[in-house]
Amino acid sequence: MKPAPFEYCRADTLDEALELMAEFGSDASALAGGMSLGPMLNMRLARPAAVIDINPVESLAGIAADGGVLETGALCRQVDALASPLIAESVPLLAEALPFVGHFQTRNRGTLGGSVCHADPSAEIPLALVALGGEVVVQRKGRARTIAADDFFDGIFATAREPDELVTALRWPRATAGTGCAFDEIAQRQGDFAIAAVAAAATVDPDGGLSAVSLGLGGIEDRPVLADLSGFVGAPATAETAAGAAALAADRADPIEDPKASAAYRRQLVRVLGARALERAFDRAGAAPC
Amino acid sequence: MTEGGRWVGAPVPRKEDEALLTGHARFIDDMEPVPGLRHAALLRSPHAHADIVSVDISNAVSHPGVHGVVTGVDISAATRPIPSAVRVPIDYYPMAVDKVRYAGEPVALVAAEDRYVAEDALELIEVEYRPLPPVMDLDAAMDDDSPLLHEAVGSNVVHHRSFRYGDPETAFAEADRVVRLDWTFPRYSSTPMETYGAVAQFEPAPDRYTIWSNFQGPFILHALMCGALGVPGNRLRLITSPQSGGSFGIKQGMYPYMVLLAAASRLLGVPLKWIEDRLEHLVGSSAASNREDAVEAAFRNDGTLIGLKFLNVVDVGAFIRAPEPASVYRMHSASNGAYRVGNIYVDNRLVTTNRLPIGLNRGYGGPQFFFALERAMDAGARALGIDIAEIRRRNFIPRDSFPYRAPAGAIYDAGDYEAGLDRALELAGYEELRAGRDRARDEGRLFGIGMATAIEPSGSNMAYVTLAQTPEERARAGGRSGGLGTCTISVDPTGSVTVKTVSTPAGQGHATVAAQVAADALGLTPDDIDVVTEVDTLTGAWSLASGNYANRFSSVVIDAIGEAARLVADKVRAVAAEDLEVAAEDVELADGTARVVGVPEKALPFRRVAAKTHWHPAGLPDGMTPGIFETAIVSPPGLGPPDERDRVASAVTFGFICDLAAVEIDRGTGRVEVRKYVSVHDVGNVLNPLIVEGQILGGFAHGVGGALMEEMVYDEEGNPLSGTFADYLCVTAPEMPALTVGHVDTPSPHTALGAKGMGDGCSMLAPTAIANAVADALGREDVDPPFTLNRVWDLVADGGGAG
Amino acid sequence: MLRIKPGTRHRVTVTVNGRRHGGFAEARTLLSDFLRHELKLFGTHVGCEHGVCGACTVNIDGRAVRSCLRFAVQVDGAEIGTVEGLAEGGSLSPLQEAFRRHHALQCGFCTAGILISATQFLETNPDPTEDEVRDMLSGHICRCTGYEGMVRAILDVAGGSS
Repeated sequence: MKPAPFEYCRADTLDEALELMAEFGSDASALAGGMSLGPMLNMRLARPAAVIDINPVESLAGIAADGGVLETGALCRQVDALASPLIAESVPLLAEALPFVGHFQTRNRGTLGGSVCHADPSAEIPLALVALGGEVVVQRKGRARTIAADDFFDGIFATAREPDELVTALRWPRATAGTGCAFDEIAQRQGDFAIAAVAAAATVDPDGGLSAVSLGLGGIEDRPVLADLSGFVGAPATAETAAGAAALAADRADPIEDPKASAAYRRQLVRVLGARALERAFDRAGAAPC
Repeated sequence: MTEGGRWVGAPVPRKEDEALLTGHARFIDDMEPVPGLRHAALLRSPHAHADIVSVDISNAVSHPGVHGVVTGVDISAATRPIPSAVRVPIDYYPMAVDKVRYAGEPVALVAAEDRYVAEDALELIEVEYRPLPPVMDLDAAMDDDSPLLHEAVGSNVVHHRSFRYGDPETAFAEADRVVRLDWTFPRYSSTPMETYGAVAQFEPAPDRYTIWSNFQGPFILHALMCGALGVPGNRLRLITSPQSGGSFGIKQGMYPYMVLLAAASRLLGVPLKWIEDRLEHLVGSSAASNREDAVEAAFRNDGTLIGLKFLNVVDVGAFIRAPEPASVYRMHSASNGAYRVGNIYVDNRLVTTNRLPIGLNRGYGGPQFFFALERAMDAGARALGIDIAEIRRRNFIPRDSFPYRAPAGAIYDAGDYEAGLDRALELAGYEELRAGRDRARDEGRLFGIGMATAIEPSGSNMAYVTLAQTPEERARAGGRSGGLGTCTISVDPTGSVTVKTVSTPAGQGHATVAAQVAADALGLTPDDIDVVTEVDTLTGAWSLASGNYANRFSSVVIDAIGEAARLVADKVRAVAAEDLEVAAEDVELADGTARVVGVPEKALPFRRVAAKTHWHPAGLPDGMTPGIFETAIVSPPGLGPPDERDRVASAVTFGFICDLAAVEIDRGTGRVEVRKYVSVHDVGNVLNPLIVEGQILGGFAHGVGGALMEEMVYDEEGNPLSGTFADYLCVTAPEMPALTVGHVDTPSPHTALGAKGMGDGCSMLAPTAIANAVADALGREDVDPPFTLNRVWDLVADGGGAG
Repeated sequence: MLRIKPGTRHRVTVTVNGRRHGGFAEARTLLSDFLRHELKLFGTHVGCEHGVCGACTVNIDGRAVRSCLRFAVQVDGAEIGTVEGLAEGGSLSPLQEAFRRHHALQCGFCTAGILISATQFLETNPDPTEDEVRDMLSGHICRCTGYEGMVRAILDVAGGSS
């Protein structure tokens, strides 16, 4: 179980990385933490001509607030994101999702950008990004563009990134007063990819009504999706509303089937986890920015 | 040391640990025992069932760095098929010859300068397959018109025998209540953290093979390998690595790969090293059998169990690989479990399918057997309105009945099952637990309690597998019996002691316990004694049963160690007696000395006395042979061949286990939470409580995994769906429930130290105890593991929980 | 920028357990293989080569990570800690001692990686709860022990140092 031969290219700067991406295009895999690419290379499921190691590009590792947006570099390690007070304060949904990502040992190396690039349908970080309406910044030599998270994920392991583009940053809308969010998931074992994951967000008026509510679903369809709960705007932020909204999300979902779970079971999990998460989000919205 | 001044029985920390903790212990992949090694990689079939039309190796052979390529045709010309106790026309070669019979079966071997290059070359081998219909469903496999794995057999049912003990027909006719369960048991595997690994070297003139490996034999499998390679036993030398990274039986299943590597070494003219990778392990090593069985239990209204019927349909996979069908017969002679029931019917059908061949796995046959028996006990209790503990109490073999001859021939050495049950109930707080269940149910929660008891056979009789043959076939084959244990203890010219066992440990702490036993006999400390557990079949004392399986260390090997130590002690005492001018009976070995009993100041250092046997033969007592190199071969009592009524004493000792599980099921998600798990064990006299507890905890983990999440899944086409560690779900730390362990230990009269074997432990019972609790929680009996989220939720959604 | 063509061997120099080591690696050589078969440091074990089992965990520049998911050419110049470096001055570390005391290992094959993880875990979280310990251990598979002894050993050491 050893990788097929490849050319190793180490980029020391972003320009070098983009240069290499331009040179190899779809024949290259960019290597960040390697928590997903590594196994695929070892199993020879991925056989790029070149592996472009972007880890030395320090400019891609930062976490910075930019007005109403928090920008995390693609190379930001999951462990560093988890320890970041800025993320805890500004993107609490991500902070709540991160402990579900892999394990202590993989978070030590795995990156936010790598997870988004890999686009596993049940991965937590893509779900959080979609649920919050975040964006993915991609660059190719001479051009950068920003893609809405909802448009970025195309399907299982498929994204809107062009072969010569590098994901360089993720942009997270910062939490505002009156908004609450909650993340939850279920897997057979702790740290496994989720059978179902939910990311709830809600804004509650001073009078206790919902002015915004959303429920992101991971592991349910072939990409992280956002259930349309606009019909619940104006409804009271109660347990009954949470259950109703989750039930609607479950009914409207088009779940995948695999050996781990049937479509019916995935719908059930959306109902159960969704209701719990929405209820928690309502509570938090009512309390303070979470 | 214990209060009695003995090492045996004390929680002696392990001798093995320091090397393992500091990274200095050596495993097979750390070894390069001969120069010039090439590295082997195996091309494996992507098809479950297909004819091999052609294999083109030309591009692989010419790839830079490749030494050579071997195909199944080459192997079939260089070896003979490996037989089993089931006499059917199946030619089992370690590599597919003209057709593949499971996804993962080896098709070609590449030898190259390193593993990377070897894998590159695998991709250059072109194999043309003609797919055949896969045989995956056990029922369909038994149909007359099913596609066949082995045409020459004429059926996929490769073995069918029925057995009657007592009068089962009358018992069932007279029963007040018959409980029948049709059940499915999943295929799973203990997946040791270290995979298979071997180095094989062929040397000519005369032909001889040496194989270094983490195999856990030699066992009877050495003889089978000799047969396959066409050499006498003295020209197949097996050497084991100093350490083995876990096995649980699985590493018995690597012997066909050892034959393959040995033959390939001969064909290619170089020594070969092969380290199985994890993907290979999960499709190509071995697994426990999956079953589609039924059990019927005949009860009187008062709960008395008067008859049992076991209708077993066993998926053996693509071949019947020796020592199979042993997994079906290991429990056979103890088919009454812990109960007095005398009327038993057993029907065994072994079926080949396009899955990996089965083999030894922790609990070996026990998890499946006790699933039938103990599910029937809980179901019977519920059907009769009797408490699950009470129904067992009414049927247990009474404590004054030991040794107890079971209807199918097992001789239970010692036990007090009722005391074990009482201890379990006490530890579980059973009354309060039941009250808690009532309260939970009042609140609408799904809460259940389940129980299971087992007898734990240890130290196998080599003859039990011949139950697969009729008495007539057995008579023709010649006698088989016994389960010899061996040990050699030497004292060198510096007076230091070395114990050599052939017990191939894979983490069970044999070196520590062997040192405890020898230390007690020789008046030394365990630190004074070095223990060698590496096997070398050419230079060490061993016998047919040698190896690591069926809990044989503490039931058999330990007595060989004790006997060898006694021989050494006798010699040292005799030498010392002359120097001390007393009779040998008046000399005791203690505190590192040989001293006069009652006169401790009249003492000589052990080392000096022992060394004298080397340094000064002329000064030894008349007639004494010089040096100390004592080998003991022990034959455990009572292990005769099966009789004409198919009764056999299958093992030396029979421990007892009583498990009690309480679970709660989340209605929303189907998650089974084990709220309480109690396990009480009778292991006879405890040799080292630290190690006993470790074995119990480890067996529990395997049982919990089997109960909740582990399964080797194949799709209908025979594609393995659990081929990575992300898909085959080994239980991890957060999923492990707390385990409360208790002991009721009755010393075994069959072993010198009163110990019984005990390694299987809860691996045999946790799937059943948890299944019983799930059944209780859901109010239905049709519950089969693994109790994964979706499966359990389906049961909940299907109306479970009405009770 | 550094480019290593397939099939060529590249000099890699690392500091392992405080000592400088050098060897050659291809672009695709896994760090686990480099440590074991090039540097002959066999204490690090390989259990799955796809990042799940944790047996190969080593410490690189202060963090416990999978060595099967890292290429040797990536660690040129790095500080690596392996199980061989845990016992300082020949005596077992408190964690190693606790593993022995609590019978936290049986076959010992997974132990090297777990010791590396647990050591770094305790540096970042000196006084963990049992749930936190179990969560950290979820990145490792052990088939012998049921994890109980490890949990006890890690909590024992944590309690002793807090």
